[in-house]
Amino acid sequence: MINLKINGIPVSVPEGSTILQAAKIANIRIPTLCYLKDVQCVGSCRMCLVEATGARGLVAACVYPVSEGMEVRTNTPRVRKSRKTTLELILSTHKKKCLSCVRSMNCELQKLALEYNAEEDTFGTDHDLKPIDDLSASVVRDNSKCIMCTRCVAACEHQTIGAIGPKNRGYAKVIGSPYDVSLAFTPCVNCGQCVVACPVGALYEKSAVADVWGAIVDPDKQVVFFTAPSVRATLGEAFGLPVGTNVEGKMVTAIKQLGDVKCFNMDITADLTIMEEANELLDRLKNGGKIPMFTSCCPGWIKFAEHYYPEILPNISTCKSPQEMFSALLKTYYCEKHGIKPEDLYVVSVIPCTAKKFEVSRDELGHYTDTALTTRELAKMIKEAGLDFANLPDSAFDLPFGEASGAGAIFGATGGVMEAALRTASYKLGGSGAPIEFKEVRGTEGVKEAEYTVGGATVKVAVASGLGNARKVIEAVKSGEKDYAFVEIMACPGGCINGGGQPYVHDEVRNNIDLKAVRAQALYDYDSDSKMRCSHDNPAVETLYKEYFGSPNSHKAHKLLHTTYSKREKY
Amino acid sequence: MSQNLFEGTAEQMSELLKCIEAHRDEAGALMPVLHEAQHIYGYLPAEVQTIIAEELGVPLAEVYGVATFYSQFSLSPKGKHRISVCLGTACYVKGSDKILEAIEKELRISCGECTPDKKFSIDSCRCVGACGLAPVMIVDGEVYGKLSAKDVAGILDGYIKD
Repeated sequence: MINLKINGIPVSVPEGSTILQAAKIANIRIPTLCYLKDVQCVGSCRMCLVEATGARGLVAACVYPVSEGMEVRTNTPRVRKSRKTTLELILSTHKKKCLSCVRSMNCELQKLALEYNAEEDTFGTDHDLKPIDDLSASVVRDNSKCIMCTRCVAACEHQTIGAIGPKNRGYAKVIGSPYDVSLAFTPCVNCGQCVVACPVGALYEKSAVADVWGAIVDPDKQVVFFTAPSVRATLGEAFGLPVGTNVEGKMVTAIKQLGDVKCFNMDITADLTIMEEANELLDRLKNGGKIPMFTSCCPGWIKFAEHYYPEILPNISTCKSPQEMFSALLKTYYCEKHGIKPEDLYVVSVIPCTAKKFEVSRDELGHYTDTALTTRELAKMIKEAGLDFANLPDSAFDLPFGEASGAGAIFGATGGVMEAALRTASYKLGGSGAPIEFKEVRGTEGVKEAEYTVGGATVKVAVASGLGNARKVIEAVKSGEKDYAFVEIMACPGGCINGGGQPYVHDEVRNNIDLKAVRAQALYDYDSDSKMRCSHDNPAVETLYKEYFGSPNSHKAHKLLHTTYSKREKY
Repeated sequence: MSQNLFEGTAEQMSELLKCIEAHRDEAGALMPVLHEAQHIYGYLPAEVQTIIAEELGVPLAEVYGVATFYSQFSLSPKGKHRISVCLGTACYVKGSDKILEAIEKELRISCGECTPDKKFSIDSCRCVGACGLAPVMIVDGEVYGKLSAKDVAGILDGYIKD
């Protein structure tokens, strides 16, 4: 252990620790901007500069290693002046349209500027506004607000996409795609990890809020919302509630108070996905279909496969994602049942995901969804509606798509789709008394493997979250090193609970808790508290098969609930 | 993506692929490959950057980032006549920026670019050691000194007729 003092407080930390890590143990806060746990540690923004004995000048706490007997000062006039100057230099080229910025009141730069009394125009203001790239279906980039922290670039590299990077040099340097190509025409998979990594308002989702408000007041439209499993576990963060608070009841109340709208539970089509997917898997295993079968819920993963691994597209389940299954159901079954013309029904899916916005525009899926709103956009609408979210009473989802299983809810966390499928597959092959919990596939590790005996046969499975991890699993499968039967892949590290459409969480919080684990816990608690734990027990799904589809993988089910994808060029 | 039509030959391509093969398993292969690619093609066309990215398994954004970071790399082809304007301190205070502007206007391209007929390309440089002649421009190694903006058209005329 290395002993040092920070602001006079003795602290012992393992050798190789940085000053920032030591300060955390000593409960001393050092501000950061470019540092983001698990994403980037480069020491380039100079916000975390501190005085340390033995060092020539101020040193960057996020990268500077501790040494025996070191004395660190984090709060001296010299340190404060340096931080203030750094902030003022950043502000000199930052488009300071703070009042109308998507990150206003939630901006890491704004917060630090206020703390260090930084002035907006000490070094003048660079009025050279850069063009906004809003051609992508999912992500908008406003480089006039970019502070070059490169957290987005690091997040994209972690996903092994690298659609963006720094280009040019000096004053001409900007972050973006090669040449002047829009993000829309790159191998970007729309996961939005760049958006949630951005400390300022330079990256945000392509907003559909105005469209939804328009549909709500349109007398010819009936508006229906449905919410994805993980939204209940994160929406509260946008209203100051602790990370990991399940706000399902308030969320439903809030949506119903936005106007004359219905609010359904997307967990139902998560359950429906399991019925279709488990059936498909058993069919592939029995009839010599392509194995391993990969899950198909995640639109970031699908686009990744189209660009990078088109050869494994036949291995991907033909099931549409729960969002697209739900919209297809609404525009057919629901409309027929209630005598609504499909064009008069306006379907809004609320998702933790920016890639779902792209998914909505896919021709293969039939354009059943009218629009997809991120968790952040829903929060925006709730705020615009003037609702006091934290004090709203609870309500239940509207029928007939209200009640779903705990298996559907855990779809929002990495391993959740796998566990839900295993519950149903075990039941189908082993009958009642089959296990409910498959804890080996839970947790936030990037790659998880397990082996289960299902109906007498041994089944090897793998779960990967984060596309870098997905790549590892695919390469292992391709080389023949691994022989899994079923593989779950989610593009975002930790799954949908850490999706690109989830509420912004400041680096100070992200650096100090395991955001993915805390949010996921809310879903696992929800599942363990559910009376219904398995997709095949869902009476709403049973009704759907009885009244509409007949059986899993029936002709009708195939037409509405399944699809295939094809190879896509990178540029 | 690129403004000039890519006109690579099969020989150039095989040379490029050979060079990539030679560096494939090296750490930091990108720099030497870009150097050789520029040597082969005279510049780094978008198509060549794409091939390098695919072959080395590096994102195109990274290749482009490196190519635009270092001033030795050029993204546009060089013309038959290469014009270089000194923007070093002495030339600059003597108004070489106006000279550059006049050339850009005359040829209707920006610094760093090549005319569509591939006749001229313009670059800037930092001090050629002829400060006594400031401001200077160099065409194909020939130094023109003590210039004013109105001299530009006349000098270029000589090369246009060439």
